[in-house]
Amino acid sequence: MFNYFEPNKIFSITSKAPKYVFFIFILVLSIGLVEALVLSPEDYIQSHSVRIMYVHVPSAWISLGIFSIIAILSFGILVFKNKNFPLIAKSLAPSGLVFNIVALVTGSIWGKPTWGTWWAWDARITSMLILALFYMIYILAWRIYEEKNQANKITSIIAILGLINVPIIKFSVDWWSTLHQTSSVRLLSETSIHTSMLVPLVIMTAAFALFSLLIFLMKYNTELIKIKNKGLDRL
Amino acid sequence: MINEIISMNGYGIYVWSAFSFTLICFAVLYAVIKLQLVKEQLKFNFKFASLTSEKIKSAKKQEIYREILANTSISKI
Repeated sequence: MFNYFEPNKIFSITSKAPKYVFFIFILVLSIGLVEALVLSPEDYIQSHSVRIMYVHVPSAWISLGIFSIIAILSFGILVFKNKNFPLIAKSLAPSGLVFNIVALVTGSIWGKPTWGTWWAWDARITSMLILALFYMIYILAWRIYEEKNQANKITSIIAILGLINVPIIKFSVDWWSTLHQTSSVRLLSETSIHTSMLVPLVIMTAAFALFSLLIFLMKYNTELIKIKNKGLDRL
Repeated sequence: MINEIISMNGYGIYVWSAFSFTLICFAVLYAVIKLQLVKEQLKFNFKFASLTSEKIKSAKKQEIYREILANTSISKI
């Protein structure tokens, strides 16, 4: 099954895909920005500051999603010794870290008018900060360890350890009394957010997901060409 | 209308700075990754050009090398 992920087989797709993904991303982002900044209504309590949600929430979702994928791939690296999984996991990390930083900074900006403070050691914010640290350690480990097998093993262990933090982030608002409200958007039960706000939120999430796909594809191609550059030396 | 969108009842400074920060982060990340990609492609082209004709023949037999060469252009995304 994992043969489908062979770099040699998928490079013809990953090398051509970025230009199409880029144009779709620009299109979806433009629609999302108009919806988020102009068309969506203001909140009856938070007024216009609620618009920060359209960048803050998708960023947090995507950074969590990317880390979860990296951790699952890492499990695959340790168990199945797949050669392409480290390449995919490594290529996902930069956009995951940037989305994590965006979630923290925009959350801080949103906190000032809403809670009256830029920062609080609230369970959700602190656990998101820990996730950012895991991302940084993960990316640093790839830079520090040059021997392939050692790098694969250490980065995988970091990602699997970091996965413990993911459910803590998700359920922190239920387990502890925090400044954050409980989830408004749920997959398995009724969503409590109004459609007029849900639509821009979904469009912005799609735009951000496309951006992370674009960055992943470009980074993946870079890593692959780097390997092939080394291969040329051995010809 | 325009003033209302900019000021947003006094929340404009927070909303616009959050959106600006996000878009700047996107632009910087895109530029960094793009630069790394172009650098590797140029390195590949340089190495490929310095190969002997026999080695070029053997490399071109592999589909991935042909793909890299076909997609190597600075103007492309």
